[in-house]
Amino acid sequence: MSPQTTPIADAAQDLELSERILAPDGSRTPNARLDSYVADVDAPRLRALHRDMVILRRIDAEGVALQRQGQLGLWAPCQGQEATQIGTARALDPQDYVFPSYRETGVIYARGAQPGDYVRMWRGEEGAAYDPAALRVAPLQIIIGAQTLHAVGYALGIRHENAPEVAVTYFGDGATSQGDVNEAMIFAASYQAPVVFVCQNNHWAISEPVAVQSQYPIAGRAPGFGIPSLRVDGNDVLACMAAMRWALEHARSGKGPAYIEAVTYRMGPHTTADDPTRYRDEAELEAWRRRDPIARVEAYLRASGELSEEHVAETQAAADAVAKEMRAACLGMVTRPPLAVFDGVYAEPHTGLQRQRDEYAAYLASFEGEA
Amino acid sequence: MTELTLGKALGAGLRQAMLDDEKVVLLGEDIGKLGGVFRITDGLLAEFGAARVIDTPLAESGIVGMAVGLAFRGYRPVVEIQFDGFVYPAFDQIVSQVAKLHYRTQGRVKMPITIRIPWAGGIGAAEHHSESPEAYFAHTAGLRVIAVSNPEDAYRSLRQAIASDDPVVFFEPKRLYHHKGEVDLEAPLADAPPMGLARIVRPGTDATVLTYGAMVSTALQAAEAAEDEGIALEVIDLRSLSPVDYDSVAASVRKTGRVVVVHEASREAGLAAEVIASVTERCFEYLESAPLRVTGHDVPYPPAKLEKYHLPDLDRILDAVDRVLDRPHSLTGADV
Ligand SMILES: Cc1ncc(C[n+]2csc(CCOP(=O)(O)OP(=O)(O)O)c2C)c(N)n1
Repeated sequence: MSPQTTPIADAAQDLELSERILAPDGSRTPNARLDSYVADVDAPRLRALHRDMVILRRIDAEGVALQRQGQLGLWAPCQGQEATQIGTARALDPQDYVFPSYRETGVIYARGAQPGDYVRMWRGEEGAAYDPAALRVAPLQIIIGAQTLHAVGYALGIRHENAPEVAVTYFGDGATSQGDVNEAMIFAASYQAPVVFVCQNNHWAISEPVAVQSQYPIAGRAPGFGIPSLRVDGNDVLACMAAMRWALEHARSGKGPAYIEAVTYRMGPHTTADDPTRYRDEAELEAWRRRDPIARVEAYLRASGELSEEHVAETQAAADAVAKEMRAACLGMVTRPPLAVFDGVYAEPHTGLQRQRDEYAAYLASFEGEA
Repeated sequence: MTELTLGKALGAGLRQAMLDDEKVVLLGEDIGKLGGVFRITDGLLAEFGAARVIDTPLAESGIVGMAVGLAFRGYRPVVEIQFDGFVYPAFDQIVSQVAKLHYRTQGRVKMPITIRIPWAGGIGAAEHHSESPEAYFAHTAGLRVIAVSNPEDAYRSLRQAIASDDPVVFFEPKRLYHHKGEVDLEAPLADAPPMGLARIVRPGTDATVLTYGAMVSTALQAAEAAEDEGIALEVIDLRSLSPVDYDSVAASVRKTGRVVVVHEASREAGLAAEVIASVTERCFEYLESAPLRVTGHDVPYPPAKLEKYHLPDLDRILDAVDRVLDRPHSLTGADV
């Protein structure tokens, strides 16, 4: 056989290469591949997705505000990524299990997070913000890419039990450079694990543009691992939901892993500690403003006469109410007492730690009765 | 009682753990048909099937990361790292994920993962096949660290490690894989001493030698030689490197007043430093002389032809014993 090289895509390939249902101007374009997956999404359901996205944006804004007011140590905004997070997460079944990164506020929202769950970790009260078993979401992951392997391991367990569940993992475009993410894809393919990889390509890994991580559309890598993939417009909530339903169906039916690259954009800073003006063009931001995921659903609903001013007002009120609860939960948090630093390190008694705990308890007790 | 090599005892321990709990699954490179490069998992694939004895792709971070996911799902994964020097690609998953998830989640997520590592030198191996990374793990809160030194202990502690709801980094001295000893395969696990306890392998009154792993036999040889000179060394196998059983250690030190710690890992910031600091904190007034360390040098593990100069041997241990006993000593003559 003569040597053949696999063609490299044009690195300047653009968004138009990705699958889409709702165009930025709100017009609906037929998509032979995806339409059937969202045939049931009628106007009321689309309004519900819209409502989710509006609430998420409000939660996110509240997170930023709380951080600016000194209530949170850090916040990782997801403005601009609402369609990806809501569209994919709303496609999940309750029993599916999610392994997210730190930016998946919308995913935990869709899984039923309580108001305090958004902030508990960022405020520094607890290492994990919520009960993983209750939400069926693993703790937010800070180590880039580590969670993708956890999802595959979990999925392997699902496979052994022949359970109808799917493990889902979210990660960014920067994460695709990590060994763990590549190892996860290899393991997933080798074991045909029921896992869905969702890469939120938001174009930036802190200050590094996606071109530093990949000279090829990221979704194009998956087939090289033996995993089918879809590249969708991540600002199109219908396309994201459709792609996720395709991927879940694929994984659930025993065909192994599936991969989605949602092409989206991080409108804000990487975190509240970041200053994107140092590395990012205002023109780029402006171009993405015109692709806003919420505005496009509004335009579509409005054009089809399905968006009343009442709904808009009610949605905004609901979003404000959620933000208010979140703020109240945040401000109402009571930090645990000093000895709690020792809690939960081990499942069983550890004499070394027990001794340290006792020493510290005695030290603290020595202050008792002091004025 | 059955006579088994340490390697076979480990295999028997894995088998028993798999019989006891169907949630126990093994993961590792070459552990299936081959039975592992040291054949520890020999026969387990045939007995338990590929769903429980999982041959993995060649990716250590992947193996441990998968184990984390399996633990989320309620399994008890037992990971085999092929050689000590290959655990480093998985270091992040071990210290950042395995060790921390229980703490981060307030105990809601358990990581009952056992990470078995064929460990340390003395077998004339190639580079990266003789490392002693135990201090990295003992330094990490959330992990337990076990080092075995004989077949009986290997059989029992491996089962205890697997049954533990905590993650355990489990060091197997490959130098001793073929050493034989009596193992009670029938003894109920519940009757065994807890995994974290140290063991007095040879009682004595003049000085305490604290060690673990393959160095236990070297220390025992030193104790026999010392006896010829009328010195009674107490040799303690620490067995658990996190937590260290300081109650047993301190009881011995209060009796002897003199301490030598022996390990083949290099010295700087090693376990001996920690053990001596802790002994000093607890028993300073009982100490008759400054505790000493006998360790590998602060060098990368040397090429096979040189490893005998790196590993603590009987003479280096005896030299340290002489010094803690204020006897004229042979090797350096100088103060440390
Ligand atoms: C292993 C590791 N290296 C570095 C970091 C620091 N860091 C945090 S977020 C980030 C960029 C991640 O970018 P990407 O994967 O694209 O996700 P995004 O933040 O854009 O959602 C970096 C480098 C980290 N958290 N983990």
